[in-house]
Amino acid sequence: MSKMRYSRRAVLKNGAAAVAASALPAPMVWAQEIKDITLRQFGTGVSNLNDVANKVKEDLGFTLAMTALDSDSVTQRAATQPDSFDIADIEYWICKKVWPTGNLQAMDTSKIANYDKIVGIFKSGKLTPESEIAQGTAPHSVGFVDGPDGNAFADEETGWMTLIPTIYNADTLGIRPDLINRPINNWSELLNPEFKGKASILDISSIGIMDMAMVCESMGEIQYADKGNMTREEIDKTFAIFTEAKQNGQFRAFWKTFDESVNLMAAGEVVIQSMWSPAITAVKSRGIPCVYQPLEEGYRSWGGGIGLSKSLSGMELDAAYEYINWYLDGWVGGYLMRQGYYSAVPETSKNHMSENEWGYWFEGKQATGDITSPTGDVLAKAGETRDGGSFYDRMGSVACWNAVMDENQYMVRKWNEFIAS
Amino acid sequence: MHRTLITWLQAAPLTVILLGFLVAPIIMIVIVSFWGATEFSIYPDFQFENYQFLFNSPVTYKVFFATFKYAFITWAFTLAIGFTVAYFLAFHVRSQTTQIALFLLCTIPFWTSNIIRMISWIPFLGRNGIANQTLMSWGVIDAPLDWLLYSDFSVILAFVHLYTLFMVVPIFNTMMRIDKSLLEAARDAGASGFQTLCHLIIPLTKPGIMIGTIFVVTLVMGDFITVRFMSGSQKANVGRLISNDIALLQYPSAAATAVVLLCTVLIMIAIMLRFVNIRKEL
Repeated sequence: MSKMRYSRRAVLKNGAAAVAASALPAPMVWAQEIKDITLRQFGTGVSNLNDVANKVKEDLGFTLAMTALDSDSVTQRAATQPDSFDIADIEYWICKKVWPTGNLQAMDTSKIANYDKIVGIFKSGKLTPESEIAQGTAPHSVGFVDGPDGNAFADEETGWMTLIPTIYNADTLGIRPDLINRPINNWSELLNPEFKGKASILDISSIGIMDMAMVCESMGEIQYADKGNMTREEIDKTFAIFTEAKQNGQFRAFWKTFDESVNLMAAGEVVIQSMWSPAITAVKSRGIPCVYQPLEEGYRSWGGGIGLSKSLSGMELDAAYEYINWYLDGWVGGYLMRQGYYSAVPETSKNHMSENEWGYWFEGKQATGDITSPTGDVLAKAGETRDGGSFYDRMGSVACWNAVMDENQYMVRKWNEFIAS
Repeated sequence: MHRTLITWLQAAPLTVILLGFLVAPIIMIVIVSFWGATEFSIYPDFQFENYQFLFNSPVTYKVFFATFKYAFITWAFTLAIGFTVAYFLAFHVRSQTTQIALFLLCTIPFWTSNIIRMISWIPFLGRNGIANQTLMSWGVIDAPLDWLLYSDFSVILAFVHLYTLFMVVPIFNTMMRIDKSLLEAARDAGASGFQTLCHLIIPLTKPGIMIGTIFVVTLVMGDFITVRFMSGSQKANVGRLISNDIALLQYPSAAATAVVLLCTVLIMIAIMLRFVNIRKEL
């Protein structure tokens, strides 16, 4: 099978050369050949959506083959199997880990039509000129390299991007207000003995450790210099606190996949836990109250983007740029924003959302009518507002970004101990 | 000469398959266990660091202990249930048709996948699950029992459910080969039902018990997914240690753990085989 693919590619390349040689009008041939192109994209479940693949086929003509994996598997694949994908849909902290392997190629921002409209977080690091940059692996810090073959990350915009930002959000704790019956305002509530046996945290070390840090800092137990880059002592202290809580039976379970977190919450096994935005949506769409609780200490944020495989070239590379431009053009943005994520170019997404949707999801206004998910479930009724408010309220109070630290290997070993303890 | 050649040829296909798909991968694992790893890649080396870390970490001993615990308890339950079921099928059911029908009945759960059979316990045992609701409506308990799910209990329950058949089949098989006239002779000689069981049936079923034991022990010791799902990721066994390492790209350390696990299991099987000659069975 893979041999067949390979030879087809070779044919494509030769075909392109032949086109150049015979000086035929390229666009015509492009239109014919593009139908045969298949780009293989893999990434986490959040943005690997079949609806996107279908729309790509409809709008651009080529085929996008999607594979959804969990964060660890995504890292593993990007780092170890460069020939298994054309487009990697990964998070920025994964990029920090994977870029040095040389499996990805930098992108020329002059070929990105909406580059200037991309939100500041991904370029200068600042949401608004006055914003402070949060701790952790902030996207702009691993977003640029010196040149097409650059190996080191650059401090400022260079015209060569590692990942084109596609999707991001601010994460916090999810709660079941009907089972808690009182306001929750701090991260420290996760370890409150009141919720013994009814709390959960995610079992993905690189993200879980950040949630832990938010909790420990909120409890006043530890002051971190940088939550995204802890020292060994900070790591030890953090795990000591959580191991004690675990042994006291604070946690009902740990979750690793999106579905698990939804089931834990919906079944009432857990009333407070780390959660992702669409998981809240999924619980709500079952008619169960669930709140993505804004907390005083701020959000733990993450961002993802698409990167191109080193082996992409010729027409397939052109197709990939085409795809990126289409991605930022608004349809996907609107789709993702209706799930509670943000798009890298919000203004184009606006064209693909109703005024009510834009007001509810982006501006934090009261809904003027039913708010439905892309699949048609009603998520909010007229008069309700989004948990956490507007885009600037939410993304403006990010306390740290998902990160990979210098002491990562040490942290991972401690994480294994924590799970086994 | 000609004969030996044919014998060799007959043995060749299996030898090739075993060499290619069993021996070679194991050798590879052993080799990689001495390699080094960075965060995202592995490099050839000859170092003992992986083993050093493994044997110096208290977590390793804890996790191996947990693995033995799961294996032992599961073994005890599957043996008790498996032996009883096999005994019933072999000696209580007279007609062969019924015997076959009932035996097939035992295999019905195996028509669905392992994972589905395991996960189906989760809604059943949950805090607001069927088990708790039923018990509460009967007035047996006032508050839901939390230990039903995401605990050692649920892990072992799932193991017993998944693996009992591996005990039933070999035991049933050996029991069916016991000459019925021996049972009559025992009865004629005045042995009670219990005496027949202890002095006749159990000794003669030993090879079957041992084969079942090997199945169950190796399956439980090599498992990671049951422990992960049924304990809500809160408990660990050796399999989970390996799978975590693999997920984090630490292949050499995963390989080292795998080698230690493999040796442990092999030693256990060697000890078991000392007690019973299973060749009699084969």
